[in-house]
Amino acid sequence: MNLAYFLTIFISAVFLNNVILSRFLGLCSFIAISKETKPALAMSLAVMFVTTMSSVITWFIYRFLLIPFNLTYLRTISFILVIATFVQLVEMIIRKISPPLYRFFGIYLPLITVNCAVLGVAVLNSDMFFVNGKVLPGSFIYSVFQGICVGLGYTLAMLLMSGIRERLDLCDVPKAVKDFPLAFIIASIMSLSFLGFTGFSR
Amino acid sequence: MKKIFSEFLKGIFKENPTFVLALGLCPTLAVSVSLANGVGMGIAATFVLLGSNIIIALIKNFIPDRVRIPCYIVVIATFVTITELTMKAYSPALNRALGIYVPLIVVNCIVLGRAEAYASKNSVVDSLFDGLGMGAGFILALLLISGIREFLGAGKLFNHTVFKGFEPAFVLGMPSGALLVIGLLLGFFNILKNRKL
Repeated sequence: MNLAYFLTIFISAVFLNNVILSRFLGLCSFIAISKETKPALAMSLAVMFVTTMSSVITWFIYRFLLIPFNLTYLRTISFILVIATFVQLVEMIIRKISPPLYRFFGIYLPLITVNCAVLGVAVLNSDMFFVNGKVLPGSFIYSVFQGICVGLGYTLAMLLMSGIRERLDLCDVPKAVKDFPLAFIIASIMSLSFLGFTGFSR
Repeated sequence: MKKIFSEFLKGIFKENPTFVLALGLCPTLAVSVSLANGVGMGIAATFVLLGSNIIIALIKNFIPDRVRIPCYIVVIATFVTITELTMKAYSPALNRALGIYVPLIVVNCIVLGRAEAYASKNSVVDSLFDGLGMGAGFILALLLISGIREFLGAGKLFNHTVFKGFEPAFVLGMPSGALLVIGLLLGFFNILKNRKL
């Protein structure tokens, strides 16, 4: 375990391979919920929490269940089931414990089940930190850290986008590209500017 | 017969999953760098869509309403795993090119969307043709996007150079190019739609 590797994961997940702008994971929620800043922030926080927790859970499943019993081909099924169950559980707990928090991101939680970013992080972790069925040292910490960083990258893109789209409301845009098409074009320009971070990794 | 045909056609034009319903955009954008990748992804997703539509239409009466989504996900994930293993065995190069986007077909909104909105309410034959039509619409959309990107971004079509001395715009091969192409295409289809009305 070395600190430089943490920095590499951070820069790579937040800037270089930003979940939304370069890996295209969680694009549907990104376009649909980024109209205003407040819901965008709620969604981002919910995603960050779930990516982190699902990194933890799927690491245990992959390390102690799938690898020892030689079942790695069941990865997709088991990951998506665990994530769906976990999200449902979190929703139930939040509803019981804190109704204001539930109102804050209640409707966004079920959406996260089918958010590609969450399953994407889990699959990415198992690809990066388990090589040919062998566990790399420190893989647990790295997995969790990558989960947090991917959530941070999602938050960054979401906040930037919602800020821009809030201002766009006041602008006079061509009717044909109003709303979704324009959002994609803005995302394209943002993605282009994120290219400026290439070369950071070395 | 006529109904079946219209079920098939609506997936291609009226309810095209990519351009009209705007579903399943993540894999569309990520793999559309070249035509070969786009077609591979389209066929894999169509297979999953077809299989899950048939199975869900078959078992729809046995699934309790409250746990239907997890049930659908298990069915879909099974077909995705079949696709993944088949692709690994017979076409490792394609599998490497598509990378994590193959397991991610599970969370492709087209598949779950059709299961929830169509297969859970309609007969097996109708669902089969709905799956085929949606799959065809998805493949056509991928062909269009990846064709534009490969042609303008690398000057090639199916990995064959089309023009000599054509200076390709590399940006279209990058992630931002994908977002730009889909944004402009959606705008273009909006114009077409408004003109027709």
